[in-house]
Amino acid sequence: MVVGKSIKRIDAFDKVTGRTKYTDDLCDKSAYIAKVLHSTITHGKVLSIDVSEAEKIEGVIKIVTCFDVPKVYFPTAGHPWSTDESHQDVADRLLLTDVVRFYGDDIAAVVAENEVAAQQALRAIKVEYEEYPFVLDVEEAMSDSAPLIHKNYPNNILGHSSQSVGNYEEAIKEEGLIKFDNWYDTPTVQHCHIENHICYASMENGRLTVVTSTQIPHIVRRVVGQALSLDWGKIRVVKPYIGGGFGNKQDVLYEPLCAYLSTVVGGRLVKLDSSREETFVSQRVRHAIRSHIVTYTRPDGTFVARKLELFSNQGAYASHGHSIAAKGMGCFRQLYPCPNVEAECYTVFTNRPVAGAMRGYGIPQAMFAVESQIDDIAKGLNLSPLEIRKKNLMPVGYKDEFSKNVNYFDTFNQCIEKGKKYIDYDRKIEEYKNQSGNIRKGIGMAVFWYNTAVWPISLESSSSRMVLNQDGSISVQLGETEIGQGADTAFAQMAADAVGLTLDKVNVVSCQDTDVTPFGTGAYASRQTYVGGLTIKQTGEMLKMRILDYAGKLSGIDAAELDIVDNNIITVSDKKFVMDVAKLAITALYSMEDSRHITAESTYQIKSNAYSFGCCFADVEVDIRACKVKINDIINVHDCGTLINPALAEAQVHGGMSMGIGYALSEQEIFDSRTGRTLNNNLLDYKLSTFMDHPHLEAQFVENAEPTSAFGTKALGEPPACPVAPAIRNAVLNATGVAVNKIPMTPHVLFEEFSKSGLI
Amino acid sequence: MAQYKLVRCTINGKKVEQMVDVRASLTDMLRNDYRMTSVKKGCEVGECGACNVLIDGECFNSCIYLAVWAEGKHIRTLEGLMSEDGELSDIQQAFIDEAAVQCGFCTPGVIMSAVEILESGRDYTDDELRKLLSGHLCRCTGYENILRAVRKTLDKRLGKV
Repeated sequence: MVVGKSIKRIDAFDKVTGRTKYTDDLCDKSAYIAKVLHSTITHGKVLSIDVSEAEKIEGVIKIVTCFDVPKVYFPTAGHPWSTDESHQDVADRLLLTDVVRFYGDDIAAVVAENEVAAQQALRAIKVEYEEYPFVLDVEEAMSDSAPLIHKNYPNNILGHSSQSVGNYEEAIKEEGLIKFDNWYDTPTVQHCHIENHICYASMENGRLTVVTSTQIPHIVRRVVGQALSLDWGKIRVVKPYIGGGFGNKQDVLYEPLCAYLSTVVGGRLVKLDSSREETFVSQRVRHAIRSHIVTYTRPDGTFVARKLELFSNQGAYASHGHSIAAKGMGCFRQLYPCPNVEAECYTVFTNRPVAGAMRGYGIPQAMFAVESQIDDIAKGLNLSPLEIRKKNLMPVGYKDEFSKNVNYFDTFNQCIEKGKKYIDYDRKIEEYKNQSGNIRKGIGMAVFWYNTAVWPISLESSSSRMVLNQDGSISVQLGETEIGQGADTAFAQMAADAVGLTLDKVNVVSCQDTDVTPFGTGAYASRQTYVGGLTIKQTGEMLKMRILDYAGKLSGIDAAELDIVDNNIITVSDKKFVMDVAKLAITALYSMEDSRHITAESTYQIKSNAYSFGCCFADVEVDIRACKVKINDIINVHDCGTLINPALAEAQVHGGMSMGIGYALSEQEIFDSRTGRTLNNNLLDYKLSTFMDHPHLEAQFVENAEPTSAFGTKALGEPPACPVAPAIRNAVLNATGVAVNKIPMTPHVLFEEFSKSGLI
Repeated sequence: MAQYKLVRCTINGKKVEQMVDVRASLTDMLRNDYRMTSVKKGCEVGECGACNVLIDGECFNSCIYLAVWAEGKHIRTLEGLMSEDGELSDIQQAFIDEAAVQCGFCTPGVIMSAVEILESGRDYTDDELRKLLSGHLCRCTGYENILRAVRKTLDKRLGKV
């Protein structure tokens, strides 16, 4: 058995020797280079584009403007398609647009023989605009006087939904209730995968091939088909190794444009490689969300009634749209079940860069608001933050009526206990009381809610194929993608156990090619180990049955009496060796009497989206005069079920914690209120955490095997990023007594907050 | 109009020469002319460290180092680290053993910085190591296992374990 062992990554050798091939490494040098011309206004109309000077530049092959492309609107979200029109993603993108909706919108494209010519051509294109007023803020965008960004969306509201439990208005009439009424703000941040998005396209035998750095190859095929009005089968999408995605590449980015550009130059090879600056502005960002939470409690900390209003800044186009806010809202009534809840959320268009999926999908935003308020309530009632959580958190046995998810285990308490012990919570809470002076220490924590995959929004399904090779090894293919998280290694481990082979006998085909890879929707919603595990188990058992069937024929022993253990076929009852799988495989392929090519392929459907919970504890030191927070110690504890590979699980948690630390303290895109331009579209001015901004990152686990899962596993990809920012914020509250309701807690923000509260 | 110049240098121990566009970066030259694709492009303005290589023993972001400046220099990239018979160097093995690799895109650059650190023959505190490695951005690992891989290799080389 290899599930549960810290196997070394199967792709590590190639990655440490530099031979792993990413998209750019595979592209032939002969490729034409495509570059996109981005708008230099924030809202308006392109009146004319003069390409005459640009066309004269040597090496320029073709210039396409917004006036040349087909007026076919398409959606970009990396969601499974819905055949029900009312559930389809909003189709609001064109390959190039004459209506500019944010500073950096795509209005023209150049194809040239080389990069220098393409860049020179971009500079030589003259654009005439008609400018409209623009709006960057959600509340302003919702006002009647705001400029309308998309017709058919009055007050710029893309989506609005609500939930209600009990009777809030009645409940708050109870005598003696204490009211907490707070607003919380989270910023626009970017994924910052180190490989920028890149793709290349060409035509072969009348079909289009697009090679792209994506998390979702099968979805890219569908959207390229929709955008170019081509039959989907005429498109082949290939996904090589990718340098990170984190949700930005769970959107269709420049694949349709690149494919289109190839078609206008006779199907020649065209490469579209995005710059870091374009990645920050013209692709996707995390939704900035403003949350308003009102909680009525009894003096003992029992929640009586709660209300949430959530405002999500969508930016200029719908992308993943309202799903993010809706997910954030959905967890509100579940995490702290309360008899009377009213919640509503709005997703609102503004003239900012487009927000899409990003690790956590609305939950990091929701957790910042929800978990910050829990500490504010605890402080107000003079209760311990742990006590008030234990009193109100989702109990064991809780069942969500929408998803039918069940909280099977006492995960929260188990995780909290581990976190407490590691960080030495009780002692430090005492030690940090009554501090004075400039440097003050604090300890804080937050829990988080998450679930695995997207059921019941769509039926989760995943397919896999296994082929028995001559040497008794198997090749395994899935539509689910390796994006750096270690999916291929986990798949290999699960496949080995499902069939009864040792790990060296499993070859995972890493690259997805929609011409040959089984259908799968890809890396998102922390779904792959869960849904992939289910199909791997099913297909593995089918393959095993076929192997044993043939073994039965060869050995004369009833196949039901046989099993495969460590590459050997043995008898079930007395564990006697019958033959090895390699012998069987070569016999089966080259038999003169009964030649069989033993393969298996199946689709598994999953109607569940298992809860995956945990917490973060942070121990910080605040330099009040410098308005700086230093993290001295931090731990995340997760219950993601059974660990498939503990070392990789830990590594996954580290990365999420790092992203959470950046979210708490330093990361944000800044927009110029006068021009609408993104001011810090680069890795120098956008403050991603560096080696120097972290202490040791501790990752621990509670392993309650998930009953709905093939290997007991559930979500871990996104959860680590969810609880970190509120834990750090609550530690700052503990240190200083100041409730900071806005992240990132930069010195600018802290200076304002500390000044207001009289600390400085 | 493009101007070309002959650039002679040593790449991973091998003497090479090539006519190079005077505007090209060393990243472009290594990737396009010599197919050293371990040299990654993450920002092309010296912010992320993915294109880091050793030039005469010292780390540089090759994206902001002109190819023509490489004249007469000894350049080392990740491709040169594994021995001829396929044996990994200790630092490469440590990256595998410590699960310090995820998407792998920042990995080549970070390993080359680690090589510079290890070859200095000096010992460093963890804080010093963090500072020496801070020119590399990584979104996957939180730097935790990378630091551990470098620490362990350094301790081994210095005979501390």
